Amino acid sequence: MESIYLNTLAFSAGGQGSLLDVNPGLIFWTVITFIFLFLILKKMAWKPILTSLDEREKLIRESLEKAEKAREDAEKLIQENQANFAKAEIESQKIIDQGREYAEKLKAQLLEDSKLEAKKMIDSATEEIERKNKEAFNNLRESVASIAIDAAEKIIRESLDKEKQKTLVNKYLEDLSKN
Amino acid sequence: MDSEIISDSLKVVAQEATSKSSDTSWLMHHILDGRELEFPPFGVIHLPELHLFGLDISITKHVIFMWIAVALLVVIFKLVSNGYKKSIIPKGLTNLVEVLVVFVRDEIARPTIGKGFEKFLPYLLTVFFFILTCNFLGLLPYGATATSNIAVTATLAVISFLFIQVGGMMQNGVFGYFKGLLPHGLPAWLLPIMLVVELLGLFTKPFALAIRLFANMTAGHIVILALLGLIFILQTYVVVPVSVAFALFIYLLEILVSLIQAYIFTMLSSLFIGMAVHQEH
Repeated sequence: MESIYLNTLAFSAGGQGSLLDVNPGLIFWTVITFIFLFLILKKMAWKPILTSLDEREKLIRESLEKAEKAREDAEKLIQENQANFAKAEIESQKIIDQGREYAEKLKAQLLEDSKLEAKKMIDSATEEIERKNKEAFNNLRESVASIAIDAAEKIIRESLDKEKQKTLVNKYLEDLSKN
Repeated sequence: MDSEIISDSLKVVAQEATSKSSDTSWLMHHILDGRELEFPPFGVIHLPELHLFGLDISITKHVIFMWIAVALLVVIFKLVSNGYKKSIIPKGLTNLVEVLVVFVRDEIARPTIGKGFEKFLPYLLTVFFFILTCNFLGLLPYGATATSNIAVTATLAVISFLFIQVGGMMQNGVFGYFKGLLPHGLPAWLLPIMLVVELLGLFTKPFALAIRLFANMTAGHIVILALLGLIFILQTYVVVPVSVAFALFIYLLEILVSLIQAYIFTMLSSLFIGMAVHQEH
């Protein structure tokens, strides 16, 4: 009696079984099917897929790290370059300044040297002139003396009278002084 | 005497009900397992009956649909794993499947199990894709939902249960696992009660898994069939727009439910495994 009640209440159609009927054959096949699926997919799909996923993630991580490192390196390089450039600029400025200073110094020195040289040349020329003058004067004196001696000789040779002698000497002397 | 009379009258009522328009056998026929594959209006394929050691292991409609799901999954994953061999850059089908695989791995297994989740990942992925495919197959014309059969869902739940227990025992040792079931600092006199409660708790988990999947997959189909059946029961074309519109809405909802139930079964299995493995929480 209870069974009829349950049948009519739970399932008005009857004869076909209800939703909650458990078919042992189906359990059997579910177990078999699932185990097969599990084994096949585990070997064929999960292992290669999960490995390649891991590999790819590793690759991406490494690539990112590498890229980050490369970026840092490049940045460092740029900074280094900039520093070098700045240093080179300072250096070149220094070299130019030094060159300018040197040129200036050289110019000044040259100017001074040439002035000194010129002065020296002038000095030596003056000296030379003085010397030459002196020499000339000495020569003149010598020649005057020799002329005087010649004249004296001449006078003595010609043995002129005293009066004549006197005028002659005077004349000579006058000539000398005129010179 | 009285009871016999009552039962007789009930029988008559039941038979009358069966023969009249309140007959719902067609509805149950669509949802329940069967011995034949029907392709109206083309014909019917009768499935073989098998017996093994007195056990009826006939191939039924739901068995066939589980096998179709297995065949589909094997083909799909063969293509996908070949795709990975070709290049590490996924495309097409590989991309689609990868989204789901990564979802199961990163959103389900990793957060719920934590350390050592890799051991359980193959099971979780298999159960997820198997349930998902079975759910979707039920939405196809001529299709049947193997996951709307309590026997199937219960079996899957029992497999999950085994994974949970074995996972917990492997991690904590058989004795340590059962000891870990009981909370720390429990008064001695509470021990027998708690033991019963915890043991019950162990078995309610797979029970909930089985019932949830079965009920969800069955309910949607019943609602769709009931809405469409309204046309034939009321025998009028007036209800057609309403019935079709609502049935379509439920059908779209079913697609969502198929995904959600596959997710929930996997998620809860994963969660229970995580609880069994890391008992300190």
